Amino acid sequence: MFERYGKGIIKGLSVTIRHLLRIPITTQYPEQKLNPSRRIRGNELIWNQERCTGCGTCAKTCPQGSINIVTSVKVEENKYKVEKFEVDTGYCIFCGLCVEACPYDALFLGYSYERARYRRSELVQANEGLLESAERKPSGYAHPEVAAERPAQSLLLNKDRGSRG
Amino acid sequence: MAMQMVPPDWPGNLWAHWAVFTVIIVVFILVSVLMFIWFERRAMAVMQARLGPNRAGPFGLFQSAADALKVMIKEDIVPSRSDSVVHWLAPVVAFVPVMMVFAVVPFQGGALLADLNVGILYVVAISSVTTLGIFMAGWASNNKYSLLGAMRQVASVVSYEIPVVLSLVGVILLTGSLSLQQIVQAQDIPFILVQPLGFLLFFTGALAEINRAPFDLTEADSELVAGYMTEYSGMKFGLFFLAEYAEALVISALVTTLFLGGWRGPLLPDWLWFLVKVGAVFFVIVWIRTTVPRVRIDHLMALAWKFLFPLALINLLVTAVEMLVWPDVSLWLLVPINFAVMIVLVLIWSKFFKLGWGRVNV
Repeated sequence: MFERYGKGIIKGLSVTIRHLLRIPITTQYPEQKLNPSRRIRGNELIWNQERCTGCGTCAKTCPQGSINIVTSVKVEENKYKVEKFEVDTGYCIFCGLCVEACPYDALFLGYSYERARYRRSELVQANEGLLESAERKPSGYAHPEVAAERPAQSLLLNKDRGSRG
Repeated sequence: MAMQMVPPDWPGNLWAHWAVFTVIIVVFILVSVLMFIWFERRAMAVMQARLGPNRAGPFGLFQSAADALKVMIKEDIVPSRSDSVVHWLAPVVAFVPVMMVFAVVPFQGGALLADLNVGILYVVAISSVTTLGIFMAGWASNNKYSLLGAMRQVASVVSYEIPVVLSLVGVILLTGSLSLQQIVQAQDIPFILVQPLGFLLFFTGALAEINRAPFDLTEADSELVAGYMTEYSGMKFGLFFLAEYAEALVISALVTTLFLGGWRGPLLPDWLWFLVKVGAVFFVIVWIRTTVPRVRIDHLMALAWKFLFPLALINLLVTAVEMLVWPDVSLWLLVPINFAVMIVLVLIWSKFFKLGWGRVNV
């Protein structure tokens, strides 16, 4: 009824005026950051040196072959010693297969997503560079116990989403 | 044209008054154009769930000043094989008349540069010159998109000028004067209530004349790059941009003066009422821009000639008959009558509005 008597224009005008009261979708990125998913497959791998036995399962499952692990044998303890654990994150596709495959829960995907580098060589990380730290938190991917520690993901519906910096 | 009144606060010294007031008006236009651009970008952004410019200064207020600075230091490119003199002249021809219109707009009782007794005629005549500048730009650019945009502009202005002027005549009939000052003084009721159909016709036609959405097909960027502005850069482009928004300011001021009671209002000082009303009208223009998609060129012509033009004629007839039959009746009595006339006419005309002998769906 009244479709061709300007009803469409009135409807449209009421839609746009109601948007005045709506929360803007835009996030002001550098100052305002959204919490990513708790199980985000973020950049970089987090390596737990204590738990790693040097079995090399991660290197075998990696479809890209970007994990390079070099071990030597400690004869007296009947154990491997990890000489070098190196990941070329430039080749990593963040599939998470290494994290799922690790039998000792020694590998995690990273929770961070801001890991741009200026040099290709900086993408290759090894040994101490792969350990967990304050800015390199592990994500909850394939590790529900880690996921429980992370804050809930912020949705665009939430009025107060992320932290304003 | 005769000056009706020397402003009483400048006894015997018309030239000083003239100079001061001209400077004030020019500054007012430039500042309010910058503010309008900022306001439009912010309001549109909010209506589209975005934020809009918010980096330069508080709330992004200096964004348009920064843009103006950028435009001024940009390279001025004149296309080869263009008519360079006309190309240079066009932005000036487009911009100057828009400034000139403000000479007769009353900001407050008596606060206007020239109280011409042919005020509306002057506005209608001067503001049409802008089209000449736009057509010069389109012609001199040696570019098919520019020319197409300019042709559309000329076509739409030639068509829409008629319903716009005819709907103005209704207001003139009510006041019996062409002076904008006296039109405001005659509005004990805002004429939007007495002349609802006239207001609707004037507003629609004015939107088309200043190429605001939904009639912005002069510079339809999805079809014509930027229309007549395609080959312009630097400050020449800036002048066109300025002229476009100054036209929006002119239309807002005219709608305020003719239909919303001008500077008259309770409580607030007069000039503030004027600015508030102008801002409100501009908000409606922005609101329409965010809502309505662009019309096609044949729809544009059909709307002008088949819809607005006959309605404007009938509105004129109705108003004239009313003024003849009840010359002394209170204007309040005309409000319900004219609203009823408007609703009936718009419904009937919408019912029978056809394009291409009914082959095209409206």
